[in-house]
Amino acid sequence: MGLAVAAYGISFGALSVASGLDIWQTCFLSLIMFSGGSQFAVIGILASGGAAAGGAAIASGALLGTRNALYALRVAPFIGGPWPKKVLAAHWTIDETTAVSTAQKTVAGQRAGFWWTGVIIYVGWNLTTLLGALIGDLLGDVSQYGLDAAAAAAFLGLLWPRLKQLQPVVVAIGAAVVAAVLIPFVPAGIPVLAAAVVAVVVGLTNWLGPRREAEL
Amino acid sequence: MTIWQTIILASIAVLALKLLGYLVPPALVEKPTPARVANLLTVALLAALIVVQTVGGGQGIVLDARVPALVVAAGLFALRVPFIVVVGAAALVAALIRLWT
Repeated sequence: MGLAVAAYGISFGALSVASGLDIWQTCFLSLIMFSGGSQFAVIGILASGGAAAGGAAIASGALLGTRNALYALRVAPFIGGPWPKKVLAAHWTIDETTAVSTAQKTVAGQRAGFWWTGVIIYVGWNLTTLLGALIGDLLGDVSQYGLDAAAAAAFLGLLWPRLKQLQPVVVAIGAAVVAAVLIPFVPAGIPVLAAAVVAVVVGLTNWLGPRREAEL
Repeated sequence: MTIWQTIILASIAVLALKLLGYLVPPALVEKPTPARVANLLTVALLAALIVVQTVGGGQGIVLDARVPALVVAAGLFALRVPFIVVVGAAALVAALIRLWT
């Protein structure tokens, strides 16, 4: 898992700089936002629409961050503690910390799993973001030649592990079609937001879904 | 909106969502629908971002070197090639096609 996070971090840093953000802005996202999918979405939309697409970038980042709120519901019962501790835990409530901590059997194990994963990923993610940003800065214009394709591949890499059941595959195809159809007619960033409707409709009706929800 | 304003507001939004999970009553955990919608939102947004990043261009759909690069990336992910290698390969494929055409 550490190697995978390092690879995401370097990719994020390099792509962010090539999307027009400076090194400080890139590191700010990893330090404060600290949620890979949302960070990639923000820089992806800023890359396609520039600063004018700021509103859509914020909305897309937030929508991709909604799952963290559900992770927080799952980990909150065993985190406990005073509010400063909860705020730090909230900041570190992401895919990896939730997956590791909820896989432990005892409360002590869950707590240890959460905090150790949190500190390792937080430090690693930020160091590799900085490294990637420095590499991207160094490459400069050279990275522009294949950058847009690299960003698409990065999104595909984030999506790939989520396509193990029929329902997410159908949602992915539906969302892709909605986005493609809208691209010529609406401003940058809007096709991505409109595609979210597909997830809401299928999610609420549980169309093509399993009878019982599988555990995360 | 400037880039700084965008990233600061987006970061606040993402942080606020994380905190929200510590504020609402845990009874919500039992309900599968919010969890399903959130998971599918991730899938839908990523799929749409792939499309925009692959065929989006200015004010319309543009088919260029990005399409074969994404096909190569999909093939490599299917073969379980590591993330950073695939991302690098996609960039390389697009760059080479642009160099030769």
